Amino acid sequence: MAAEREPPPLGDGKPTDFEDLEDGEDLFTSTVSTLESSPSSPEPASLPAEDISANSNGPKPTEVVLDDDREDLFAEATEEVSLDSPEREPILSSEPSPAVTPVTPTTLIAPRIESKSMSAPVIFDRSREEVQENIEEEANGDIFDIEIGVSDPEKVGDGMNAYMAYRVTTKTSLSMFSKSEFSVKRRFSDFLGLHSKLASKYLHVGYIVPPAPEKSIVGMTKVKVGKEDSSSTEFVEKRRAALERYLQRTVKHPTLLQDPDLRQFLESSELPRAVNTQALSGAGILRMVNKAADAVNKMTIKMNESDAWFEEKQQQFENLDQQLRKLHVSVEALVCHRKELSANTAAFAKSAAMLGNSEDHTALSRALSQLAEVEEKIDQLHQEQAFADFYMFSELLSDYIRLIAAVKGVFDHRMKCWQKWEDAQITLLKKREAEAKMMVANKPDKIQQAKNEIREWEAKVQQGERDFEQISKTIRKEVGRFEKERVKDFKTVIIKYLESLVQTQQQLIKYWEAFLPEAKAIA
Amino acid sequence: METYAEPSCASVDLQGDSSLQVEISDAVSERDKVKFTVQTKSCLPHFAQTEFSVVRQHEEFIWLHDAYVENEEYAGLIIPPAPPRPDFEASREKLQKLGEGDSSVTREEFAKMKQELEAEYLAIFKKTVAMHEVFLQRLAAHPTLRRDHNFFVFLEYGQDLSVRGKNRKELLGGFLRNIVKSADEALITGMSGLKEVDDFFEHERTFLLEYHTRIRDACLRADRVMRAHKCLADDYIPISAALSSLGTQEVNQLRTSFLKLAELFERLRKLEGRVASDEDLKLSDMLRYYMRDSQAAKDLLYRRLRALADYENANKALDKARTRNREVRPAESHQQLCCQRFERLSDSAKQELMDFKSRRVSSFRKNLIELAELELKHAKASTLILRNTLVALKGEP
Repeated sequence: MAAEREPPPLGDGKPTDFEDLEDGEDLFTSTVSTLESSPSSPEPASLPAEDISANSNGPKPTEVVLDDDREDLFAEATEEVSLDSPEREPILSSEPSPAVTPVTPTTLIAPRIESKSMSAPVIFDRSREEVQENIEEEANGDIFDIEIGVSDPEKVGDGMNAYMAYRVTTKTSLSMFSKSEFSVKRRFSDFLGLHSKLASKYLHVGYIVPPAPEKSIVGMTKVKVGKEDSSSTEFVEKRRAALERYLQRTVKHPTLLQDPDLRQFLESSELPRAVNTQALSGAGILRMVNKAADAVNKMTIKMNESDAWFEEKQQQFENLDQQLRKLHVSVEALVCHRKELSANTAAFAKSAAMLGNSEDHTALSRALSQLAEVEEKIDQLHQEQAFADFYMFSELLSDYIRLIAAVKGVFDHRMKCWQKWEDAQITLLKKREAEAKMMVANKPDKIQQAKNEIREWEAKVQQGERDFEQISKTIRKEVGRFEKERVKDFKTVIIKYLESLVQTQQQLIKYWEAFLPEAKAIA
Repeated sequence: METYAEPSCASVDLQGDSSLQVEISDAVSERDKVKFTVQTKSCLPHFAQTEFSVVRQHEEFIWLHDAYVENEEYAGLIIPPAPPRPDFEASREKLQKLGEGDSSVTREEFAKMKQELEAEYLAIFKKTVAMHEVFLQRLAAHPTLRRDHNFFVFLEYGQDLSVRGKNRKELLGGFLRNIVKSADEALITGMSGLKEVDDFFEHERTFLLEYHTRIRDACLRADRVMRAHKCLADDYIPISAALSSLGTQEVNQLRTSFLKLAELFERLRKLEGRVASDEDLKLSDMLRYYMRDSQAAKDLLYRRLRALADYENANKALDKARTRNREVRPAESHQQLCCQRFERLSDSAKQELMDFKSRRVSSFRKNLIELAELELKHAKASTLILRNTLVALKGEP
C-alpha cells in the first residue's frame, strides 16, 4: 500500500466501488445549487486547478482564509475538511443545516475532475456520522477528542542492549478506537518505525508528516551504561517530552489519525520491532545515500512554475527557517546562561551563609543567614526558569525547524512529481516519433508495438498530470493547515512561557518581601 | 573622554563633622589616566581658603595611603584601604571587539550592544570615582587622620605631587614586604611566652582571620552572580532582534505576537541589566569594601602583635640585663618605651575595632535594605510589563 500512488487509504482502505461513485455524483448535483446560492462561493463544478491558484494566496488575513477554505472544500479527503480548525465555523454557521451537506459530498467534485480519487465515496459513506459528531465537537471548540501522554520512562535490560521503554497513554472518545482510555509500552525505535511508515506512505503525495525526535548516540549510550547522573535524567526527560509532542502533532493531523499503523502503534500491546531505524544499519545507510542523491537531484530540476503561490510559499518557509534558526541559537544561549546564573547564585548562597556564621554581631549574622536562604531559593527559581526556557521556548523552535524541513521536503516531492510528468511527456514524444518512423519504414508488426507503447505512455502522461495536480492540491491544503497549527502552537506556547516568567517574578517578590524586615531588624 | 556628574558612596556611612568636607566634584578619563578633581570645603584655620580644589591622579592617592601606613604615629589606627586602580581594560577590550564586528549582527543589535558596553564603561568609571572619594572622606572624618600634614598637602597643593607610579623594583619590594609580614606574624604568634592578655583581642584576631577569608569568598561569588546576570540581560538583545525580524516577516496573527514579544524582551533586558548593576553596587561593592577594610583591621592587629612581641623581647632583654647587671638603664627605658607603645596601640586599636564593627553593621544594614527594595522594585516592574503583554496577547483573536 505504501508504494502506490493511490490516495492514502482512510479507515481500513476498502477497495473502491463504482456504484458508490454514482451515488456520490447525484448528491453532488443536488448540492451545487446550495453552494451557488451562498454569497462568496466560486463555481464549484468547473474548478480546475488554475482557478484555485488564482483565487488563493495561501493563508493570509482572515478574509482570504475564508475563500481558501471554500476552495479547500473541493479537495479530496472528507475527514480533513470536516475536522479542520474553528476558523471554518464562519462558513458553516452562516449556512445552518445545509452547511453539513456541502462539506461531505463536495469531495466528490474531485471524482468529476479527476477520476483517480475513487476511494472518496467510500470515505463519504463510512464517515458521515463521524463528520456529524465532529462538526458538533467543532462547534464546542473541541476539534480532536484525543489526548496522548508519554510518561514513565523505564530502563529495560542491561548494558549495551538496554533501552528505555515509555508508556504511551491515549484518552479519546473517537469511535475508531476500541476503548476510550488505554496505554502501551513503546521504545524509541518504535516511534522511529512509526514515523518511517507514515513518511513512506504520505510524504510523497504532499502530506506534511511531523518528523520524529532525533537520535542521539551519545545520549543513549550514557543511559545504557547506567550513569545515574543529572545529565542522563535530563536527556531522558528531554526525549520523553519530545516523543509526546511528536505523537500529539501526529494525531492532530486528520489524515494521519486515520492511518492503521498509527492506530496499531497506539493500541496494540505487541509491536513488531522496527529494525531498520538504527542509524548504522543497512537501511540507515541507504537512507543517507538516498538523501544525498535527492539533494543532488533537487539542484538539477528546473521546474516551470506556473503557480506563483508555490514559489511564494517556498520563499516564505525558507525565510522562516532562517529566522527560527537564529532565534533558536539565541534562546539556547539564554538557557545556558540562566543555568550558569543558577549555579553562581547557589555558590554565593553558601558563602553568604558562611559569612553569616563568622559575623559576630548577632542581628547582622541572622540577616546574612536569611540572605543566604533567599539566595538558595532564588537559585531554585533560576533552575526552574531555565527548564521553562528550554522545554517551552527552545524545544518549540527546534520542533518547528524540523517541521519546516518536512514542509520543504513536501515541496521537493512536488518537484519530483512534476519531473516525472515532464519525463513521461518527453518519452511520449519519443514514442510518437518512433511510430512515425515505423510508418515510413512500413514495418507493420513494429507499428503495432509502437502504437501500444504510445497508448501506454499517453496513460502515464495523464497519470503524471493528475498526480501533479493532486499533490499540488494536497500541499495547498496541508500548508494552510500547517500554518493554522503553527499560529496556534506558537501563541499557546508563548503565553505559557510568559506565564512562567511571571511566576518567577512573583516568587522573587515573595522572597525579597520576606527578607526586607530581616534587613531592617539589624540594629 | 568621560566626565562624571555625581558622587555616590554607598559602602561607608560617615558621620563627619562639617569642619572638613571633601568630595570629588569632577573626573575626566583620558586614555590611560583618570583625573579626579578633589574639592575641599573647610573652615579650619590651617587652610588658606575656605573652598578650593586640586586635580589628582590615582598614584597620588596611593602615595597618600602609603604615607599613612608608614607613619608610626598611626600604627594604632585602621588606615582606610586604598582605592583600587581604575581598570577599564576589560571594558575597552569588549568595545574594541564589538567594533571589529560580527557581520551577522543587525544594526539595531549593534547599537544596543554598543549602548550596553558604554553604560558598563560609565558604571566602572562612576565606581572608581566613588572608591577614591570614600577613601578621602574617611580620612576627613577621622579625628586623628584628618590632621595629617600629607593629607593637607594632598588636598591643597596646587601643583602635581610628582609622585610617579611604583616601578618594578618598588612593586617587588612591596610584595616581599608582605611576605615578610605574614612570615613574621606567623613567627610571633608561635612565639613561646607570647600570650594574648586581652580576651577582646584574642576574640578579634580569630574573628577577623575567619571573617576576612569568608568575605573575600563571598565577594568573588557575588561578582560571578552579577556577571552571569549581565550575560543574561545581554542575551535578550539577539532574541529581541530575531523576534522582531520574525514578526515583520509574518503575514498572519503571529505578526503582532512576535512584535510584542520582541518589545517585551527589550524591556526585560533593561530591567535585568538594572538588577545586575544594583547587585553589583549594593552587594558586590560593599563586600569588596569590607574585605579591604577587614584587611586593614588585620594589619592593625598585626602591628599591635608586633608591638607586643617587641615588648616581650624588651622584657626578656631587661631581665637578662638585670641578671648580668649590665646596661640596665637603656634596657629599662627601652622596655618602658615598648610598654607604652604597646598600651597606646592596644587602646586605640580597641576603639578602632569597635568603630569598625559599628561601621560594618550599619553599612551592611543600609545596603541590604536598599538591595531588597531595589530587587522588589524591579521584580514588580517586570511583573507589570509581563502581565500587560499577556493581556495583549490573550486578547487578540
